[in-house]
Amino acid sequence: MENKLTRTLYAVPYMLWIVLFVVAPILLVLYYSFFNIDGQLSFDNYEKFFTPVYLKMIVSSFWYAFLITAITLLVAYPAAYLLTKTTHKQLWLLLIITPSWINLLLKAYAFLGIFGTYGAANSFLEAIGIGSQQILFTDFSFVFVSVYIFIPFMILPIFNSLNDLNPTLLDAANDLGASKWTTFRRVIFPLTIDGVKSGCQVVFIPALSLFMLTRLIAGNRVITLGTAIEQHFLVTEDWGMGSMISVFLMITMVLIMVLTGTRKRGA
Amino acid sequence: MSRIVRFFIGIAAVSAVLLYSISSLNSDQGYSGGNTLTIYNWGDYIDTDLIKQFEKETGMKVIYETFDSNEAMMTKIRQGGTHYDIAIPSEYMIDKMRKEDLLVKLDHSKIPNLKNVDKRFMDLPFDPKNHYSVPYFWGTVGIAYNSKMLGGMQIDSWADLWNPKLENQILFVDGAREVIGMGLNSLGYSLNDTDRNHLLQAKNKLDTLTPNVKAIVGDEIRLLLENEEAAVGVVWSGVASEIMAENENLEYVVPKEGSNLWFDNMVIPKTAKNVDGAHQFINFMLDPKVNAQNTEYVSYSTPNKAALEHMPKEMVEDERFYPSEELTKKLEVYENLGKKNLAYYNELFLQFKMHRK
Repeated sequence: MENKLTRTLYAVPYMLWIVLFVVAPILLVLYYSFFNIDGQLSFDNYEKFFTPVYLKMIVSSFWYAFLITAITLLVAYPAAYLLTKTTHKQLWLLLIITPSWINLLLKAYAFLGIFGTYGAANSFLEAIGIGSQQILFTDFSFVFVSVYIFIPFMILPIFNSLNDLNPTLLDAANDLGASKWTTFRRVIFPLTIDGVKSGCQVVFIPALSLFMLTRLIAGNRVITLGTAIEQHFLVTEDWGMGSMISVFLMITMVLIMVLTGTRKRGA
Repeated sequence: MSRIVRFFIGIAAVSAVLLYSISSLNSDQGYSGGNTLTIYNWGDYIDTDLIKQFEKETGMKVIYETFDSNEAMMTKIRQGGTHYDIAIPSEYMIDKMRKEDLLVKLDHSKIPNLKNVDKRFMDLPFDPKNHYSVPYFWGTVGIAYNSKMLGGMQIDSWADLWNPKLENQILFVDGAREVIGMGLNSLGYSLNDTDRNHLLQAKNKLDTLTPNVKAIVGDEIRLLLENEEAAVGVVWSGVASEIMAENENLEYVVPKEGSNLWFDNMVIPKTAKNVDGAHQFINFMLDPKVNAQNTEYVSYSTPNKAALEHMPKEMVEDERFYPSEELTKKLEVYENLGKKNLAYYNELFLQFKMHRK
């Protein structure tokens, strides 16, 4: 009996945490989303959301998030694969992860300097004869910087699943005459798909609502749902509309998690 | 287990020592007594020598804290727990704070120096009869441009921004009122216009400017203009005077179609503990000599007529920062348009941002 009591007692802080900081905020956001700008209970925000302005914003948010995720995956998978082949795996991994300890804002400001008209990137382009280009405030710079920021988050889960791969399986594939490409396609990739999935989740979901980079690096030439949420909360004080967009993002995230979630395979 | 316990005891001990030393330091400096004045101001917006002078003259201790946005300031005052005796918000925020009953009514008899303030800058719609606020600095929204990068081209109107020569050269500040207001001004409408048709026209006009727009940014606009990343920026006069001091190729002009006139005023928040001291401080800052010294330091435009006599001539006669009577008439102060109109301004601004070349 006493054992059960202490166990319940131990659970109290965690339950409190979940109720106060997970459940309550979500419910509050949902609650606010039903209030229009005059503070009246209505579906105005939901109607407004399905107008061309916001639909366009959704499309562009998804498009950029998709681009960022795809490119990050293309860079991160080979990088993670090579990492598992090195002798000092942990050291290399540490080096790749270190930049993610630096504040995002600092990194963004650094890129302002690097990509500027008189920055390092343009000096390099001058030197190799291409000549100075506008890099800052373009789609390219936005995607590039986002990819740079998300790479460590993609590498980690993929590295872990590649690291857990049983090497004897590769030998077996080799013995049975599979080419390197077939081994990758039929053995390595399917066995590490869970790492890829969680990597994509970790990247795609935050990429949907990036907002600081859209101003700093893309000069507001790229507008995502995150930008709109920020504006509704800070400038217009239309909390209802801001909450509504957040609700949409949350639903999207849940859907993505469900669709890409790992299903337990029956034995 | 015992190591964890020891670890926590260690942390608690260190915290206790720090807490004790903070409180003893505070009492050494006289911060715990009632004779303090807490000022809440924008960063780098006062000549600190003047604070020392004020402390000397009155024997009060000044605690000086800074904020970087009107919204952040208001949130802190609204939530309480602070006791700022003086705050310096912008005009639209004063209107809001006044209506939310966050300000103390000023006793004009305690501020004899109020007579020094130019009548043009008193009794404005955001604070009728100046019951709650006294002008600190004022300024305009205009165009900062780099004449060297533009090969000597002159800009003096909003219409000039549509010049095809400026392709991909213009930076905007990320503010709906500023950008949409500029569109309205360029069409000859008031920047407080709430007519949906006029606003739509302004937005459509702005869309045709897209090829010339390089980016819409925040405070980074200073850095970008200073480093010649772009040749033209639509900025506040205060920002312009700062960056012009860093890069001498930069020029500033208040467009002839008219523009925005803004104010930062001194107010006494409801949470103030030293209302008498706050009045003394406001009066002190309105003293002609003190005000002149502060203006030379901050380099914004002073509303204090008497102070102008104590300032260098080239500063007072600079039409960029003290525009002529004729141009001043075309300047408008932002009115509080209400949440709904503000939301519409922002909606249009969002659409303008999304408009691709």
